[in-house]
Amino acid sequence: MGDPGTKEVFRLEDLEATGGRLMGRKHVLSILVENEPGVLARIAGLFARRGYNINTLAVGPTDDDQVSRITMTIDGAEHPIDQVTKQLHKLVHVLKIRDLDPNESVRRELALFKVEADAHVRQEIVQLTEIFKGRVVDVARRSITVEITGDDEKIEGFEQLVRPFGLIEMVRTGEIAVQRGRAET
Amino acid sequence: MRAVEAIMQCLKAEEVDVIFGLPGGANLPTYDAIYDSGIRHILVRHEAGGGHAAEGYAKATGKVGVSLATSGPGATNLVTPIADAMMDSVPTVFITGQVRTDLLGTDGFQEADITGITMPIVKHSVMIRDPRDIPSAIHEAFHVASTGRPGPVLVDVPQDLSRADIDYEPITSVDLPGYQPTTSGNAKQIRLAARALANAKRPVLYVGGGVVNSNASEQLRELALSDKFPVTATLMGLGAFPAPHEQWLGMLGMHGTRAANYAMDEADLIVAIGARFDDRITGKLDEFAPHAKFIHIDIDPAEISKNVPAHIPIVGDAKDILGKLSTEYKALNAEPARMNEWWSKITGWREQYPLGYEDSADSEIKPQFMIQEMLRVTEGQAIVSSDVGQHQMWTAQYYDFPEPRRWINSGGAGTMGFGLPAAMGAQVGCPDDLVVCLAGDGSLQMNIHELATCADNDIPVKIFLMNNGFLGMVRQWQELFWDRRYSAVDTGKHPDWVKLADAYGATGMQVTDKTQLGDAFKEAIETEGPVLVDVRVTPEENTYPMIPAGQAARDMVG
Repeated sequence: MGDPGTKEVFRLEDLEATGGRLMGRKHVLSILVENEPGVLARIAGLFARRGYNINTLAVGPTDDDQVSRITMTIDGAEHPIDQVTKQLHKLVHVLKIRDLDPNESVRRELALFKVEADAHVRQEIVQLTEIFKGRVVDVARRSITVEITGDDEKIEGFEQLVRPFGLIEMVRTGEIAVQRGRAET
Repeated sequence: MRAVEAIMQCLKAEEVDVIFGLPGGANLPTYDAIYDSGIRHILVRHEAGGGHAAEGYAKATGKVGVSLATSGPGATNLVTPIADAMMDSVPTVFITGQVRTDLLGTDGFQEADITGITMPIVKHSVMIRDPRDIPSAIHEAFHVASTGRPGPVLVDVPQDLSRADIDYEPITSVDLPGYQPTTSGNAKQIRLAARALANAKRPVLYVGGGVVNSNASEQLRELALSDKFPVTATLMGLGAFPAPHEQWLGMLGMHGTRAANYAMDEADLIVAIGARFDDRITGKLDEFAPHAKFIHIDIDPAEISKNVPAHIPIVGDAKDILGKLSTEYKALNAEPARMNEWWSKITGWREQYPLGYEDSADSEIKPQFMIQEMLRVTEGQAIVSSDVGQHQMWTAQYYDFPEPRRWINSGGAGTMGFGLPAAMGAQVGCPDDLVVCLAGDGSLQMNIHELATCADNDIPVKIFLMNNGFLGMVRQWQELFWDRRYSAVDTGKHPDWVKLADAYGATGMQVTDKTQLGDAFKEAIETEGPVLVDVRVTPEENTYPMIPAGQAARDMVG
């Protein structure tokens, strides 16, 4: 924040404002937090109080048992992302925040789809599952449950394809993500 | 030793010399440790009074204010002071008792989830889960409360854990990897800011409470006087620049001066220092300072570009940044004459629109006159604590504060009832100073019980009560914007303030004639112990000038 790289200017007119703008893309925030009670409540409370919407949220341990990782996706077209991250940084238990560019990160989510499937469409759904490199995890007389892993586009693609069969329910974990390349997320 | 004794050791290590609090079941062990700790404890009559007293102490001294309460209702009574301390960035530590750990979550007697309740209004909070963590938690609380952008920190201590026996080793440093405030301003940005200032023809320094918190008044003055920069301040920033002064435009914002607001409206460069572009300052955001570029100096990065996008953001401690900015600016040898036109404009506004009111033709006391008399009698040397409302705005307008930490009030939260307990805290922190509580009759009763605390502890606060018989600011809005339909704003004839003061062990006086007001103030100041002067003022006087809510500076009325 200290050095946003503003140009060296002499004319006031040439100064450009920084921050405060909406940045339309989807943002994946990877947040390292101290593994303390109530951390998630603080973050959720902050979002609720300031009116930010969380699209997806995934929380889990890291390789360090003192530290947990929260991965959340939010819509940058709705909220000024720099305000969101700056407010998050004010929480004492928040250690690090990475705003991952979807194009520069590997993102994965797991989804379970329970689909209406009697005998004569079952094969069709199994074929779709294979194309999506998913797995059938449960088959009953009139339904089939499929596990799909991928980024949100893949999962939403599969959802569109099976919806016409009758989607009984869909359960998604929320995305987790990691920075591409050698750099730590 | 017992964990509570470790708490006392930690408080002493943090140089706490006074605690404001009230005991109960869950913090009995703590009070047992206070008994022979050597730390002065002031028993308040309501936890909110203790919380605001801690704030007043902190605002007047710059040190961390400490307040104690028991669990449940004791703790929830601290909610308003905590919220207030958050809004105004007051360094405070609140230590609450909590029910025993085996009762947690069972709706036990006097159980309240105070860390949950206060989560959105604390800078940080912690509930102790292991008694061995208590010493580090206390030191971390003081560290977080007093560094970076100051604020309230809550430490909730379950009763059984506070009785536990722990090994106590003095702690000399805190380790909070997630809390690393930036204090030193970026050199490149400071240089850029200096150049922007040197190129500005219509600059304004817009100063907030951050300058007071950072003890940066001297550096502000140096920058302002390094050329002829006009200075205005928010309600929280009053005193950061000495008033009166030829470069001082008065307060800005909703009830600020026209000179200050018009200067903001026409400025080409605004330097915001420890101020946060609150809606009471900006009015209609879209029309706020339409010609200006903004340099924004703040220790809290989240304030920068929150409401108004900054052109030159500088994160860090105002004291550090202002010092460097002055040096950089002086090196540029800017041409002072570039501001001549700007100053002739400002001088024009000052002459055309001075603060003013029509004094009564008879003996009636106008509220503005009351503040002027207070200024005259105290020679501007009092620490003034106020409540919230018209009287607060008139004090901000008419009392010239020559230095910081002499104006103690509730700005962001606008907490009625703040004045008396805060004055009490300020007086305890500054025993040799004259502390005046300039109260409103609506606000004063909200924490009037602390008058007993003042009387019992020889805290000689002088309460100058501006009594207009109304919730005055609400009445003003009803008059101006709600067709004079006075709904629930008449505070009636009670109490009899003189008798009430007497009942609390203070001295009560009443003044109804303006010719006697100054002498009454003098007498109050010369009287030992707490004094309450009930000053009957014009009931329906409006606070002007005013920017109606949501409008722009140039729409000022009155």
